Amino acid sequence: MSAPSHDAGSGRMRITLKIWRQEGPNRPGKVETHFLPDVSPHMSFLEMLDVLNERLIASGLDTVAFDHDCREGICGACSLVIDGRAHGPEALTTACQLHMRHYSDGDTIHVEPFRANAFPVLKDLMVDRSAFDRIISAGGFVSSPTGSAPDGNAILVPKPDADRAMDAAACIGCGACAAACPNASAMLFVAAKVAHLALLPQGQPERERRALAMVHAMDEEGFGSCTNHFECMAACPKGISVESIARMNRDFALSFLKEAPDLPTGSSVG
Amino acid sequence: MSPTPPQLDSKCPSGPISERWDKHRFELKLINPANRRKFHVLVVGTGLAGASAAASLADLGYRVSVFCIQDSPRRAHSIAAQGGINAAKNYPNDGDSVQRLFYDTVKGGDFRARESNVYRLAQISNQIIDQCVALGVPFAREYGGGLANRSFGGAQVSRTFYARGQTGQQLLLGAYSAMMRQVGSGRIALYARREMLDVVVIDGVARGIVCRNLVTGAYERSAGDAVLLCTGGYGNVFYLSTNAKACNVTAVWRAHKRGAYFANPCFTQIHPTCIPVSGSYQSKLTLMSESLRNDARVWVPKQKGEPRPPHNIPDEDRDYFLERRYPSFGNLVPRDVASRAAKERCDAGFGVGTTGLAVYMDFRDAIRRDGEGAIRQKYGNLFQMYAKITADDPYHVPMRIYPAVHYTMGGLWVDYNLESTVPGLFVLGEANFSDHGANRLGASALMQGLADGFFIVPYTIGGHLAGRKLPAVSPTDKAFEDSERSVRERIDRILSIGGKRTVDSFHRELGKIMWDHCGMARTGSGLAFAKQGIQALRSEFWENSRVPTSSAGLNQNLEHAGRVADFLEFAELMIDDASQRSESCGGHFREESQTDEGEAKRDDERFSYVAAWQHEGVGKESTLHREPLAFEYVRPSQRSYK
Ligand SMILES: Cc1cc2nc3c(=O)[nH]c(=O)nc-3n(C[C@H](O)[C@H](O)[C@H](O)COP(=O)(O)OP(=O)(O)OC[C@H]3O[C@@H](n4cnc5c(N)ncnc54)[C@H](O)[C@@H]3O)c2cc1C
Ligand code: SF4
Ligand code: FES
Repeated sequence: MSAPSHDAGSGRMRITLKIWRQEGPNRPGKVETHFLPDVSPHMSFLEMLDVLNERLIASGLDTVAFDHDCREGICGACSLVIDGRAHGPEALTTACQLHMRHYSDGDTIHVEPFRANAFPVLKDLMVDRSAFDRIISAGGFVSSPTGSAPDGNAILVPKPDADRAMDAAACIGCGACAAACPNASAMLFVAAKVAHLALLPQGQPERERRALAMVHAMDEEGFGSCTNHFECMAACPKGISVESIARMNRDFALSFLKEAPDLPTGSSVG
Repeated sequence: MSPTPPQLDSKCPSGPISERWDKHRFELKLINPANRRKFHVLVVGTGLAGASAAASLADLGYRVSVFCIQDSPRRAHSIAAQGGINAAKNYPNDGDSVQRLFYDTVKGGDFRARESNVYRLAQISNQIIDQCVALGVPFAREYGGGLANRSFGGAQVSRTFYARGQTGQQLLLGAYSAMMRQVGSGRIALYARREMLDVVVIDGVARGIVCRNLVTGAYERSAGDAVLLCTGGYGNVFYLSTNAKACNVTAVWRAHKRGAYFANPCFTQIHPTCIPVSGSYQSKLTLMSESLRNDARVWVPKQKGEPRPPHNIPDEDRDYFLERRYPSFGNLVPRDVASRAAKERCDAGFGVGTTGLAVYMDFRDAIRRDGEGAIRQKYGNLFQMYAKITADDPYHVPMRIYPAVHYTMGGLWVDYNLESTVPGLFVLGEANFSDHGANRLGASALMQGLADGFFIVPYTIGGHLAGRKLPAVSPTDKAFEDSERSVRERIDRILSIGGKRTVDSFHRELGKIMWDHCGMARTGSGLAFAKQGIQALRSEFWENSRVPTSSAGLNQNLEHAGRVADFLEFAELMIDDASQRSESCGGHFREESQTDEGEAKRDDERFSYVAAWQHEGVGKESTLHREPLAFEYVRPSQRSYK
């Protein structure tokens, strides 16, 4: 890659889209076919959907619903299964960061929502991932009320620990791991949070309780259990490693050796 | 200058500036812990400001309800901030202090912010870092285990704390987790996928909101004892910006229509280093962190229409225009200065790329000096992001960059308590106007959002709750009914237009008008032209826009239409504000007001005030009120980076 290519190759592509359409939760869905004759290779995947939607409006049809916000791979809103893969074909890339230059003229692309029991479809490509918020509210935090903190440098944190905590904390909560898992398990998401806080001194006091409460909440939400398929890691756009799962399993086991902690009751995510 | 109008009393305490916040906190009324649960606070927005406020208020014992547009509060736009957060810790022992952070922020804001507020922000900055560390934010560390700092945005000291290139994400996840803990404990009720469409004012006091449930389409009323707007900035009035797609002006604009004054709406920050536009389908712009300027040199070819690829252009044919114009600050001049200089070169015909609207940001010399490995260590993720979007390899070909709208310093007017001109309505974070004057320094928005939410509003709200009589209100009261009706009528009207043009095309056209005439440089005549253009576009919108009506419930086009309708009203106020301020200051460059060398010329005699606008009705001229600014501690001087 040496010559600038940002504005080279404006060759337009003909793309056929096979898109999942579903009017609402618990409604039957179907695959709809749309043809776009002039896709630019510099468009992002979502920009191509924008173009499709503009045309649908012009022809008096309802637009394709899909979640998106930052469009730069950090908010975790976008949630498309593209040709059978959560977030599409590029490794370490969210759907919003996927560019059409990875496709060729004449390609047909299948687009579906993330699928998992705990992620019901709301409309078309949009699903309800509030289960993740409830899992966090069950234990994915350090209980440190505002105002009670010591000086930031009062507790030193070895750089390698801080770096590994950051690796795990990079999770964007997108749910691709659960969508990719044959059991629709949310283990990678849960483990990433547990590992992030377990690697820092601030996370120690609640360490075992956290693992237990989060796994319990995950089960309650109807996610499956982890049977080591590791599809999650392949789909994860942020490179969260399954080592986190091993780490969490240790904390989880430890929590049973200690006195069973009280689990939080009655969350009110509305 | 005329005296402060009574409704713009900033309520800043008097006395030595370093003691004001303490004094004020002491004088504020407290609420007995047992009584706090009797008060219900509505928090709109879950970015850094909203999430930290909700968590802190719930910690204190208040009942809190939280609302956000996204499917999860963790996706608020704060998540996208890259570079870092400032604090006056002086861990590097390089001469930083509260006083210096205060001074830099007032000066960086080009002397258009309130001294008392900025001083308080600098004081609180240190507590924010402590709180975030305690919540488990994995800040970058030195090998000794202490917190790492870097210098950012041309600051002379290293005071920026960061978590790789994802500082906003990590801070937001910290605040979000604190909030979610209280959701789990039942003190906070969370309502995601809700859009606030009105503030309900009863007997002159904000007592509730009306939202639309974005999944079912239902209108929902919520009554409370105080309303906190933490709804972020309105940069998307320009259509293309670095903001996330859902960023809007709707919440603050509806509050403005209910009586909250809008302050300095024309103060917009244009960030110099963003990836340029590549085509007409472009849906947003991506920021390349300011930290890159520490190791990059910005240039354009000396010759117009230079045919050679950049790496074949020798130094003598390159114009390093920032180094040429600003020898002492060079590539590290503040954002507004760097942005204008790039625009000047492109307008003069020296821009690069197919559109001619780009300049080179080149790492060649830094790579030669430090090696590719060192540069990869520092900026690997940013280079990768750039390559993903452009398919260019910045290790070998200079990046192409152009300025883009990034942040809005303007917002609802608030006093020292963060309370708007509507009693009981507080405004936090980017949504208020308070601390950044006419230009925000890098790494200070995250600081302000968390200062407002963690450490200011939890105290100042007490003054309102304890100091005012708050008779019981209910969502069935007439005021709520009226509000819901007006919200519903507006949406029904949008659905019934049935015209031919898409909402997106209106938004793009509005954005172009704003960028051309109210962007990096403004003229009296351009602004007058833009005002007419906006009025015409607004009329056309209400006659000729088209929203698919097949879904009364989840309808993303309808959501967008409502926001664009508000942008079309608000844009006119931005123009009015830019027109009246015929000086140049900070991000606001009036071509009529420049020095012989083309630098911004401020006019303190006439414009040392906050412009606070009162709404008089759509299509009617708004009324301008002025809050004079006094500088007791930092003497206004012309900024010079030569
Ligand atoms: C790309 C980028 C990088 C940045 N990097 C930095 C940096 O390095 N350092 C720094 O200091 N600053 C940075 N900034 C600026 C900073 O990120 C923002 O100013 C700040 O995060 C705003 O926080 P907030 O809490 O005020 O609002 P936001 O985070 O924007 O949150 C707004 C909230 O309000 C909700 N909302 C909005 N409207 C409504 C409505 N009508 N009804 C219901 N809910 C609503 C949203 O859902 C969201 O929850 C950056 C900005 C951008 C765009
Ligand atoms: S672990 Fe990876 S795939 Fe799963 S939610 Fe986090 S970022 Fe997404
Ligand atoms: S839209 Fe934010 S990660 Fe894709």
